[in-house]
Amino acid sequence: MQLNMNSVEEACKELYIRALKILPDDIKIGINQLNNVETDARAQVVLGTMITNISVAEREDNLLCQDTGLPIYKVKIGSDVKFDGMALKAAIRRGCERATKEYPLRSSVVHPITRKNNHTSCGIDMPSIDIDFFDKNETVEIVMIPKGSGSENNSFLKMAIPAEGVNGIKAFVIESVVLAGGKTCPPTIVGVGIGGTSEQCVAMAKRAATRALGTICLDEEGAKLEKELSAAVNQLGIGPQGLGGDATAFAVHVELAHTHITMNPVAVNMQCHSARRARASFTPAGIEFGF
Amino acid sequence: MAHYILSTPVSEADIRKLKINDTVTLQNTLFGIRDATQIHLFDHGRETRFDLNGHAIIHTAPNVRKVVVSEKFPVGYEPICIGTTTSDRMERFTQPLMSKNGVRIIVGKGGLREDSAKAFQELGGVYLAIIGGTAALETTWIEQIEDVDMDDLNPESLWRFKIHDFGPLLVAMDSHGGSIYREVKGAVIRNKEGVLKNLGITS
Repeated sequence: MQLNMNSVEEACKELYIRALKILPDDIKIGINQLNNVETDARAQVVLGTMITNISVAEREDNLLCQDTGLPIYKVKIGSDVKFDGMALKAAIRRGCERATKEYPLRSSVVHPITRKNNHTSCGIDMPSIDIDFFDKNETVEIVMIPKGSGSENNSFLKMAIPAEGVNGIKAFVIESVVLAGGKTCPPTIVGVGIGGTSEQCVAMAKRAATRALGTICLDEEGAKLEKELSAAVNQLGIGPQGLGGDATAFAVHVELAHTHITMNPVAVNMQCHSARRARASFTPAGIEFGF
Repeated sequence: MAHYILSTPVSEADIRKLKINDTVTLQNTLFGIRDATQIHLFDHGRETRFDLNGHAIIHTAPNVRKVVVSEKFPVGYEPICIGTTTSDRMERFTQPLMSKNGVRIIVGKGGLREDSAKAFQELGGVYLAIIGGTAALETTWIEQIEDVDMDDLNPESLWRFKIHDFGPLLVAMDSHGGSIYREVKGAVIRNKEGVLKNLGITS
């Protein structure tokens, strides 16, 4: 399959807008489940308002949240796909810029020192483009994630040491969730990266935070930790919006990599309750949109 | 827990009536303000032509569309999606916003800290919590972008919105020293001990 860059550009434009408007089914189910078991009266009102907002966005064909976020495009390339790598990156960037200008969306992207906004959602190394490979034949998948700043501003890395053990990892996750409090727009998906190098660890935490609800860590030990920490964070009482209650997180997701004998790194990255993402799959049959 | 309908601008007496857990619906005018707006106002010494005395501000930077100036769009901006950002980053601006500009109501999400609680108590102000991430709903409460100042900072301009039935909003910090965020924080610190213990962690 030859990847058509005009199609990629159009799809990347569409993906940004779709992600901002339509919440994935797993998140909708997740918020309803949290609402069903919430015991705090104030938290029930907060969750109820979040659920109302999802239907208002659909009814009014509007964005769920005003934060257009930092645009992230995650590309997965299967086998038997022909493409020009630089052209692919350029097409993604053009799609992101066109969504911003043509819709128009708020450009939330500025130069980190001058704070100048180009009003394109693009800049140096932005959008964030992540390219990986997978084993599907003649398939390319692009997932777009608008990452809101409320949750992104509460990202944490600790280069813990082996003597701190797994308890050091658990304690750091709990501390991070407490420190973030209501600033991350809870209920959140708490993404935890364990092991690897420092930058792998942070990237794994982001991958974990943006995984669909209901998915489980492929590593058995990671999956056990997910279960244990998911129950633990919802006993903290932070609640939706940090106003108290049970629903602090939808889940804790863990991603891990082998690490050095002297290292025990752990990173936390959270995704807010408006856990937006949109997916486009390119195959010889055409383009299919989903989550 | 009472519900109040407040039309801006408000008086100190209007604000002193409010207690945490009350709810408020705002009418009339709401000003949008954000990080860059306040950095320019309070760190760079810029001034706004808007009179914020007794008014309500919301921590926001909206999605807007540039359109031809008309009766409906008096400054050529059509609202697309207007929501609320995390207040905590703007903690240090609460005091000057109130003492220099006379602001009495801050609408935001995620809460403010102790310096803000003190300013609300001393100067007569409140923090009204809106539900973060519910911008589609919030946008339906905004009738018009009436005016804009400091627009070189767009989208972090100082916006004047005409609002209708804006709320209900939760009084989360009041002018009597009350703060739901402080209460929750205290409970969370107590809960954390048990949570760590259940995870087999003893310090």
